[in-house]
Amino acid sequence: MSVSISQAPEAATQEDGETLLDVQHVKQHFPIRSGILNRTTAHVHAVDDVTFRLKKGETLGLVGESGCGKTTLSRTIMRLIEPTDGTIAFDGNDITRTGRRQLRPLRRDLQMVFQDPFASLNPRKRIREILAAPLELHGVAKGDVEKRTEDLIERVGLSREHVNRYPHEFSGGQRQRIGIARALALEPKLIVLDEPVSALDVSIQAQIVNLLEDLQDDFGLTYLFVAHDLSVVRHVSDRIAVMYLGKIMELSPSEELYVKPIHPYTAALLSAIPVPDPKLNRQRERIVVGGEPPSPVNPPSGCVFHTRCPRARDLCKVEVPRLSAYPNGHVAACHYPLNVTEAEVAASTKSPLSPVNSGDTQPERVEDPNAPLRSGVAVDAPSA
Amino acid sequence: MTQSQPLLDVQHLKVDFRTEDGVVHAVDDVSFQVQPGEVLAVVGESGSGKSVTAMTLMGLTRSPNAKFGGSAKLRDLDLVGATDEQLRKVRGKEIAMIFQDPMTSLNPVHRIGAQIVEQIQAHEDVSDAEARDRVVKLLERVGIPRAAERVDSYPHEFSGGMRQRVMIAMAMSNDPSLLIADEPTTALDVTIQAQILHEMRDLRERSNTAIILVTHDLGVVADIADRIAVMYSGRIVETGTLDEIFYDPQHPYTWGLLGSITRIDRERPKRLPSIPGSPPSLLAAPEGCHFRPRCRHEFGDCVKYPQLEGRIPESPGHDDRCWLPVEEKRKRREIAPGQIGLEMEGATA
Repeated sequence: MSVSISQAPEAATQEDGETLLDVQHVKQHFPIRSGILNRTTAHVHAVDDVTFRLKKGETLGLVGESGCGKTTLSRTIMRLIEPTDGTIAFDGNDITRTGRRQLRPLRRDLQMVFQDPFASLNPRKRIREILAAPLELHGVAKGDVEKRTEDLIERVGLSREHVNRYPHEFSGGQRQRIGIARALALEPKLIVLDEPVSALDVSIQAQIVNLLEDLQDDFGLTYLFVAHDLSVVRHVSDRIAVMYLGKIMELSPSEELYVKPIHPYTAALLSAIPVPDPKLNRQRERIVVGGEPPSPVNPPSGCVFHTRCPRARDLCKVEVPRLSAYPNGHVAACHYPLNVTEAEVAASTKSPLSPVNSGDTQPERVEDPNAPLRSGVAVDAPSA
Repeated sequence: MTQSQPLLDVQHLKVDFRTEDGVVHAVDDVSFQVQPGEVLAVVGESGSGKSVTAMTLMGLTRSPNAKFGGSAKLRDLDLVGATDEQLRKVRGKEIAMIFQDPMTSLNPVHRIGAQIVEQIQAHEDVSDAEARDRVVKLLERVGIPRAAERVDSYPHEFSGGMRQRVMIAMAMSNDPSLLIADEPTTALDVTIQAQILHEMRDLRERSNTAIILVTHDLGVVADIADRIAVMYSGRIVETGTLDEIFYDPQHPYTWGLLGSITRIDRERPKRLPSIPGSPPSLLAAPEGCHFRPRCRHEFGDCVKYPQLEGRIPESPGHDDRCWLPVEEKRKRREIAPGQIGLEMEGATA
């Protein structure tokens, strides 16, 4: 699958493919209740104004650390929970407030593969029953179900005899194949993959990633691939979105993100991945971002990353950075971006993906933006 | 290979578990040594026996259904044959262990300070106040902010990374000479993982603690290890220094393992290389080489039991269990040049 990099600077507005999923300013705030009256005292800002579009046949990687809201966002898109605010359109239809009954036909098109292959298959059911359940629910004729389950199981690299076994008879990798077969059963348009390989051994991870790519080519699937680090996601994604504390920090064509991270958080994430090559590892300069993500109950003012960012200045504490659009559909929410030229900064515009409450300040290219970030614990903003 | 007396000398360690379905040979003839201050990484997939090996050293696998063979000498004490009383004296003091899941390895109903004080007082006769002071210093050392206050917190008030720091502080509380870390960063985010690895490197430099790091992540290994033992299906299939394993891997399983990691610093391949099939059942592993059924290079000799021995005259200490002649291995190695830094010197980035 080749990476298609759109030429238009505004990938979000001028699509060169048909939009399958359109997520606009989605917020997911969970109330915290306390006291005897059980009054809402605060909110967890799990997803805080996220906008993106997914084109047909595309794979978008959604990356972030635990608690950044990536799983909440994918569940919201699946309509397992109703968003607090914003709209979600799937295949041209607004599904934000669609009721349970009206959602049922839609569930055919929207499927999910879960992280834990040990917890996501019913241990009391044979594989045949697990795979047949979605087919029967959606009214596939009894006679066709058997044939279809056997085809499915073979398509994901297991054999026909396996349909009579129980989940415990399979290894983690095989179970994940079954989870994928179940998601495929109804020939969906979009599959949300929530960390599908995180629980697997490395040699098995590669098998599953390759299988997912084959299936995408064969069935023209669209993937939303959720992951907690940037290494696996690179192999499957056309574009990658990096989330932090409920917000999109950067969205970029996949390959470009690795050579030209614009947001310091992305750069820190990349730098934190140890390279499995001892000699290179010894030479490499590492950025150790100190501290931990702040609580999403009281997210920091301005840029949510400013408390840990080695480049943070006064402006970062005050103004929510807009998502600035750079060439190739690369957007990043940073006042003092990395790896950009003077011209690119000057030409950057406010992307329509930007949060509603973001400011309009043009990013500033700080002297020698290619210099490595200061290592060590996040420092206070230097008085500029 | 060894100049001084090793800190830990494991010879022909065997661990069998009796189960309803038969005998599981979880650890099958494992031998290795750890020098003081050295970091040995034990690498392998789930079910390779790496955790059982680590837990056996701590005496944590003892049960009526377990059968042990061989020896594991920590200086002069054989950890396999030691009585429970003898083990209790070295555990926590000479050897300490950090587990994968910091969420479940701390007692949720006790304050973290009290849990560490308990360990200190189990081995040393110190007053409560003195022990508490030491705990605060330990917590500061592993990077817990406001340690003097946090010492009275409960585990649930800490994040995963912070709990793992508490575990490290607890493990270090009696200055052990050997630290066994079983997947210490697997449950953590990458930025936190980088912090914890930094902490472990620091400890080793400051107190010359030897570390056995059990992991499946070769990136972490490249970051911190001095030597590597690759385990597959209960056996060490290859062992050598960090550079030997990464730049001159001998066993086809090691090739597969190195080849299937995803690299962020290289151009992405069209397809990820993977090892076909899955590891054999430890109830009925194949005869001879255990990797045989998944190996592309299987030939007649593979049904014979391969010893873990040095097969490369010029690098003693680099041992493996593959019957292929060395030149043949280097010729057939499936990892492309540059992929894992093989022949890196010649290649230009």
